[in-house]
Amino acid sequence: MRHVINLKIGPARFRIGSAWRAPIEQLATLYAGYPRGEDVADFTVRLDPAGPGRRWFRPSVRIAGDHMLPDAAPMALRHGLLAAEMGMNLQMALGWRRHLLLHASSAEKNGLALVMTGESGSGKSTLAAMLGERGWRFMGDEFALLDMANGHILPFPRLVSLKNEAIAVMREGVSDTTRFGPLMRATPKGDIRHLVPPRDAVVRMEEGAKPALLLFPRFGHVPDIRPVGKGEVFMRLTQASTNYVACGEAGFDALHSFVDTVPSVALDYGDGAQAVEMVERLWSDLP
Amino acid sequence: MSARLLVEALRDPARVCGFDGAQWNALISCARAERLIGTLACRLADREVPVPVALILQDARLDTAEGHRLARWEVDRMLHALAPLDVPVVLLKGSAYIAAGLRAGEGRSIGDLDILVPRDALPVVEEALLAGGWEWVKPDPYDDAYYRQWMHELPPLIHRERDRMIDVHHTILPLTAKPKPDAAAMIADSVVLGDGLRVLSPEDMVIHAAAHMLADGDLAGGLRNLWDIHCLCMEFSDAQADFFLSLAEQASSYNLSGPVMRALRLTNQIFGTPLVAYNSPARISYNEHWTDQLFRRRILSCDIWGRDRHKLTGLGFYLRSHLLRMPPKMLARHLFTKWRKGHRPI
Repeated sequence: MRHVINLKIGPARFRIGSAWRAPIEQLATLYAGYPRGEDVADFTVRLDPAGPGRRWFRPSVRIAGDHMLPDAAPMALRHGLLAAEMGMNLQMALGWRRHLLLHASSAEKNGLALVMTGESGSGKSTLAAMLGERGWRFMGDEFALLDMANGHILPFPRLVSLKNEAIAVMREGVSDTTRFGPLMRATPKGDIRHLVPPRDAVVRMEEGAKPALLLFPRFGHVPDIRPVGKGEVFMRLTQASTNYVACGEAGFDALHSFVDTVPSVALDYGDGAQAVEMVERLWSDLP
Repeated sequence: MSARLLVEALRDPARVCGFDGAQWNALISCARAERLIGTLACRLADREVPVPVALILQDARLDTAEGHRLARWEVDRMLHALAPLDVPVVLLKGSAYIAAGLRAGEGRSIGDLDILVPRDALPVVEEALLAGGWEWVKPDPYDDAYYRQWMHELPPLIHRERDRMIDVHHTILPLTAKPKPDAAAMIADSVVLGDGLRVLSPEDMVIHAAAHMLADGDLAGGLRNLWDIHCLCMEFSDAQADFFLSLAEQASSYNLSGPVMRALRLTNQIFGTPLVAYNSPARISYNEHWTDQLFRRRILSCDIWGRDRHKLTGLGFYLRSHLLRMPPKMLARHLFTKWRKGHRPI
């Protein structure tokens, strides 16, 4: 491949190759503060032209690599940065085996981790990013890695992927404009803009924390807080994990003990500031 | 030449000591692309490798173990569904290698479950599988009719709860292909493993692997198929004197000498498999044919990024696979129908 970058995010090393310069340059700028994953990569990601001639003519990207989805739709080159991020997520989702992977965001305070899971649009990503600007250590907006040996949550602090309304919300909260990537309009996931996590999130990206609270946030509802039964939590987390089945018995044991020891709460909220307040209150009420 | 690195590492695991980061990246990407990462991890199990590599190989070994556990369970469920029928069921390919404890199974990735049953038992087998929770995958009536009329297997079935595919074969090559191997003889000669399970005889196992690779497909995943053949030949020729002689005789009786001899030459050229030539009672030699290099080019096409470097060669083999599969007029009609339905080979 003509253009290459090696990245290390949390415990995972990536080798990303691209037929075009732009996506790699954007990655190099936004990931400038991260360690470069030298030597051997855990995963290879490729941004290939989507068909013969598609490097030049209506350039479009096929996300490829060690692990691929057979019918992934090609993306416009102007969304190449997003394609690279999606490629890395795909490798993790399909190939990572060293931790139980939870589709969740996470943040840490006083050595304890808050984990937030929910479907796309629940606001878990934005919430983690907001907490990261308000005295918490941002750990990740996409995957929380559950250490199957000691039950700790490990960070995967890739770029925060802000979608639609969340872009304006974070632009208000973050004064340093160099932390924002290019605004990509009308991607398959709506408008997307990436945000470089705060410095401490990157510096401490190998540092895990014991989970203390699991939240199921839901954006756009009347504020409410409800307990969630353990059976339901377990089932929802198996669905939120991309490698639960592949991890076999070790995955079952780790998830079982997570559900058994970490209190779980469903949190409905109307806007971000309100959610942050509710989270802080829940956090200070923890035993 | 990344495929070459993979071949070297599989042939002689000692070669990996001293690999630098770029070589490891190329080797790992290529092994994943060729679905040989589990095999590589098993081959390198006792080698000293850099820590990041050791972690990757350890993951691959865990995946293989889990994959084999699932494959065994799938065999168990299939037997559970078919046992009342009193029909001989022969396991094929990956599941057969692990059931028989063959070296070809070590670290092998296993996808679908492939079985061979007598052709006249197809209706009851199909019925029993449908009753056992398997469902049709191909909703397209053209595809369904195509399989039933022309193929050597039922249209693929998938289990609705476990999401695993089963291919039920009644012979080893499409009915439209020129060679007509004797499936009834293969089933009659099959080896009983216990639990009602059977696998093909050693000769038929190699013949099937060669036919599947060289007389049926476009050689996508050819390196893995060839590694199977290499392992099978090594193991069977160790255990059985004159294995290559009886292999050649059997292949000739099925009209499959071409693909089988080609497979033997290629595995010798690429993996260095020791072969035995004969002058009597039959003349069996392995001199390189000028077209072998095209096959090597196709099989060794993986680059350092896990891509197929030779797209045109690939297209050529795609066309070849169809010409082998059916006569030209039928092929033209078939490709046109598929094209209209949106299928593009590249």
